[in-house]
Amino acid sequence: MRRVALIALLILPYVLWAACVMTGAATDDKKVLAPARLSETGLYDSSGAIDARNVFFVPQYPLWTDGAKKSRWIRLPEGAKVDVSDVDAWRFPVGTKLWKQFSWNGRKVETRMIWKTAESDWLFATYAWNEDQTDAALAPENGIANVAEIGRGKKHSIPAREDCLSCHQSSPAVVLGFNALQLSDDRDPLAPHAEPLPENAVTIRTLVQRGLLFPARPDLTANPPRIRERDPIARAALGYLSANCGGCHNDRVPLDRLGLVLLHDSKDGVPERAHATAVNASGRYVMPGISEDSSRIVVPGAPERSTLFYRMRSRRPSSQMPPLGTAIPDEEATELVRKWIESLQ
Amino acid sequence: MKKRSILSLAAAVVTLTGVVLSHPLPPGEGAAKRRVRAFQSTETRQPVPVQNANSKVERGAYLVNIMACNDCHTPWKMGPQGPEPDMTRMLSGHPQDMVMPAVTRQKGPWEWVGAGTNTAFSGAWGVSFTANLTPDPETGLGKWTDETFIRALRTGRHEGQGRPILPPMPYPMYRNATDEDLRAVFAFLQSIPAIRNRVPQPIDPPESE
Repeated sequence: MRRVALIALLILPYVLWAACVMTGAATDDKKVLAPARLSETGLYDSSGAIDARNVFFVPQYPLWTDGAKKSRWIRLPEGAKVDVSDVDAWRFPVGTKLWKQFSWNGRKVETRMIWKTAESDWLFATYAWNEDQTDAALAPENGIANVAEIGRGKKHSIPAREDCLSCHQSSPAVVLGFNALQLSDDRDPLAPHAEPLPENAVTIRTLVQRGLLFPARPDLTANPPRIRERDPIARAALGYLSANCGGCHNDRVPLDRLGLVLLHDSKDGVPERAHATAVNASGRYVMPGISEDSSRIVVPGAPERSTLFYRMRSRRPSSQMPPLGTAIPDEEATELVRKWIESLQ
Repeated sequence: MKKRSILSLAAAVVTLTGVVLSHPLPPGEGAAKRRVRAFQSTETRQPVPVQNANSKVERGAYLVNIMACNDCHTPWKMGPQGPEPDMTRMLSGHPQDMVMPAVTRQKGPWEWVGAGTNTAFSGAWGVSFTANLTPDPETGLGKWTDETFIRALRTGRHEGQGRPILPPMPYPMYRNATDEDLRAVFAFLQSIPAIRNRVPQPIDPPESE
């Protein structure tokens, strides 16, 4: 009997520990957790090189992040395809992962990951690179302020999780940089901060060739998506606004009530809604020094009286646009938008 | 001896159970000890007990009361007993017809100033005006959803994704409320009379600051 009691005493802690673990798992068994380190996410292989299964891509209208140099990859599960039935809301298979790496002054600062963990569940995580540049650690929910000098006395802050959701859950598609317009083979030569397209980067054509899209959409290669504007300045300006502003300014809740639709609609390609909702439209924001009645989002021929242009250039907390993710105005893009507004009659 | 063994075993069970129960593992973290939840929250969200709150709206009314929303979102006026909230303008924010003159911000211990209505404030952040929380569709929260409301308080951003919500709005404390409580607050705010009052937009501080 003593022996039985002794054995029971010895194994009891393990039994209780196992019970707790199982109970914990049972109450939260569907919750997928972000790995603690970037090196555990699948971005790299065992040698430290980018895993060969990850596909490099370059959106034609990059999001402005204070001049950061960016690299982007996507991993689709083995044998899985992207559902492109809705050309403006691609549906990704469960298990899809995307990474975006941000560097300033030749140093990696942050790598963000989006991971589709279930049919209606995406995990957003971001990793802060260590001093030795050997790995990056999962950032806390509220982000990390002032992690790197980015110029003009400004510092980059790693965003809070809610900041990620601000854009990525306000658009028809959660993924914003991997879509029909961004991967079109009809690339815009005037797109601000256009990045070179290396040979290993995919476009719609190469995705079709690899059989990674379904159903067959011959229109996407025969008639590649583009902003259908005759004026190349207007095309580039509206492409930039779609990529940088359309994540929130579209016709979906909750910001549909603002009435400003800058997200490109690939179905017809003609940015009619952007014109209709921005040009001569009264926004809720009133330009300082201008009466509420005469304040307009875009005043044809008058960028200095256009709130869109004013807010693009502002980095004051109450007026800057975008309201997050950037501390330095995008001068190349504001110059492009200035020309576009000046060209409007 | 046999009795002693059983007693020892029982004591061990009680002790170990006590140890385990007093240090429960957070949900979901047992099976993956090396991993951490993405953006692990450290917030505590304890429900505030309320008596006689039979509905979500009643609970929301109770919460709006104890969270002191009327202190800033209802303009104050001078009453027979001193300043008091003007409940004819309940929770409608800074009055649109009350144009505030420019204020020279003081340096030193007087860091910010507030209007007598307690609806406009000037400080390092510029000038902020309290929002219209009534369900007026054009000037209040009439077109908001409870999700927008929760996101605004969780993120500290106007509309849940726009400019920062400015001081002195204590959203850093309110963000710790439960979803259930915030939904109740929103339900109450949607039930009160709509007042059309277009609150001015905030004013940025001077560029030199």
